[in-house]
Amino acid sequence: MSRLSAKFAALKKEGRAAFVPFITAGDPDMETSFAILEKLPSCGADIIELGMPFTDPMADGPAVQASSVRALKSGATLAKVLKMVEKFRKADKTTPIVLMGYYNTVHAHGTARFAKDVAAAGVDGLIVVDLPIEEDEVLRVPAHAQGVDLIRFVTPTTDDARLKRIVADASGYLYYVSVAGVTGTKSVPEDEVRAAMARVRAVTDLPCTVGFGIRTQEQAAAIALLADGVVVGSAIVGQVAANLNAGKDKVIAEVLDLTRALAGSTHAARHGKVPA
Amino acid sequence: MNQIPNSLRAGPDANGHFGAYGGRFVAETLMPLVLSLEQAYEAAKKDPAFHEELSGLLTHYVGRESPLYFAERLTAHLGGPKIYLKREDLNHTGAHKINNCLGQILLARRMGKTRIIAETGAGQHGVATATVAARFGLPCTIYMGEVDIERQKPNVFRMRLLGAEVRSVSSGSRTLKDATNEALRDWVANVHDTFYIIGSVVGPHPYPAMVRDFQTVIGNETRAQMLDREKRLPDLVVACVGGGSNAAGMFHPFLDDTGVEIHGVEAAGDGVDTPRHAATLSKGSPGVLHGARSYLLQDGDGQILEAHSISAGLDYPGIGPEHSWLKDMGRVKYYSVTDQEALDGFMLLSKLEGIIPALEPAHAIAHVCKVAGQMKKDDIIAICLSGRGDKDIFSVAEKLGEKL
Repeated sequence: MSRLSAKFAALKKEGRAAFVPFITAGDPDMETSFAILEKLPSCGADIIELGMPFTDPMADGPAVQASSVRALKSGATLAKVLKMVEKFRKADKTTPIVLMGYYNTVHAHGTARFAKDVAAAGVDGLIVVDLPIEEDEVLRVPAHAQGVDLIRFVTPTTDDARLKRIVADASGYLYYVSVAGVTGTKSVPEDEVRAAMARVRAVTDLPCTVGFGIRTQEQAAAIALLADGVVVGSAIVGQVAANLNAGKDKVIAEVLDLTRALAGSTHAARHGKVPA
Repeated sequence: MNQIPNSLRAGPDANGHFGAYGGRFVAETLMPLVLSLEQAYEAAKKDPAFHEELSGLLTHYVGRESPLYFAERLTAHLGGPKIYLKREDLNHTGAHKINNCLGQILLARRMGKTRIIAETGAGQHGVATATVAARFGLPCTIYMGEVDIERQKPNVFRMRLLGAEVRSVSSGSRTLKDATNEALRDWVANVHDTFYIIGSVVGPHPYPAMVRDFQTVIGNETRAQMLDREKRLPDLVVACVGGGSNAAGMFHPFLDDTGVEIHGVEAAGDGVDTPRHAATLSKGSPGVLHGARSYLLQDGDGQILEAHSISAGLDYPGIGPEHSWLKDMGRVKYYSVTDQEALDGFMLLSKLEGIIPALEPAHAIAHVCKVAGQMKKDDIIAICLSGRGDKDIFSVAEKLGEKL
């Protein structure tokens, strides 16, 4: 069983939703972001989305863009990102890591080589924002061969016919984008998420996490009642930006504090209840 | 997949691929939109009423057909082949961009979209978009990099006069690439009512094919005018290439004419062996940006490099996927011309023909100055003069050390 399946099975048993923080690898520098990464599980992260910085993050709002810029400025490269995962994996054998980024990073490395290298580093899943189902076979197949899941998106613009095509070759879990927009700019609409989760559950048994627009503990708790996982990105990398001037220790402390708070709300939300 | 065997004009395939290039590399939120745009465009293509309306606007609003002008003094100056200029600079709004904008806004209307967005580099596409948005009474937002806003002030003011909102983009290199990122972000957040008028043969399918189709009027007219005037096809067709829309439109009708040589001219900025250029095909490598696989200026890790050109319209690190395909198969040869050479071409055409070209087609003029000497006296060259140079007088004056 993959780390992702094992994690979702364990969460189901415990009757709680996964808390999934997003950080950009190398933000604000490799050392600090590793210090954050290695402590995320003990702060309540069930799965970690690790951003691969890219110069042109078209699907991201200002907070994640700025985080990518900081990482690139500090010299982040794919090789360093994979080293970071490798180091994390030596100490943590259970927390799944999902790399998130844009297709050109993968393309430049070569899809087959990318799949092999991420698997070797201990990556469990890939989220490639600009690789829709029409184009994803080129990565999905070699990734699967290495035991790495390519996580597919469902969005407010996905109709039922397309949803069926999306889940047909999906594995690991699904990522529901709660708002049509870029990351971190609008607030998650709970009623729409509820309806979307019902649609998703009607066609697949795969777990479904929800992201885009979740910033507060209240929102995290509300989504934890509806979905299998709660993803928070912009609010977390926003803590890096907000505390940079106060020094790296402060950055690490604030990011981890926010993670702890959001994870706490996510985990407490259902009090052991499984959503209908 | 190709409907016409042995034709280079049949692409792209059903998934928008020109060989290994093109495709639809966009976020899932945009995919249903991109697919419905494709359906709407396919339906419009088959609808005579759409073509009739577009053709009426091209005649009466844009002023088509544009002349194919024999540049007598430039020909004499270069002492070689006969040089013709396809006068897209005489179109309403001063460039070829309007051809595409009219096609797309008619499509937006058919799709029931009520808001228009666009990106712009030199401002020509922004002006053309603001123009058609005014003409059809639709609100319009134009994204433009801070750097471009500074060097293309007259066009910024024009867009505002036309009622468009110009949003300054301060991320990244603050030029066309970043304006495109920002327009994509707007689109994904406003999918329900917004139509994104992309200005070049870039972006996800169907944009590269659709924009080319709307610009093909340039090449179709040139071909017919040339046959009428010279009773034969030109030996060489030349156009500048940034994203590549005027070139795609100029080249497409000639792709199957094996006797016609075709040259695309990229911006070499300070020189292709310096870090400051925009010669994507000459110095780039295949990658994925803004929805399509094509040649890109990028580093070994797939990070996009900043392009540089004196011409804001060519200052883009990518290029349309069809050009990448045409380059690889060798049907079109791509060259590059430096800022200085383009500036010399700009001055030369102004003084010899009384035509101030935009800095973009000044690159094509400069290239012809280089190759004319190797051609025969009775050869014929057709250059796409894609836009007029009024917008560039400030940048040129600055280069010449003059204050306006």
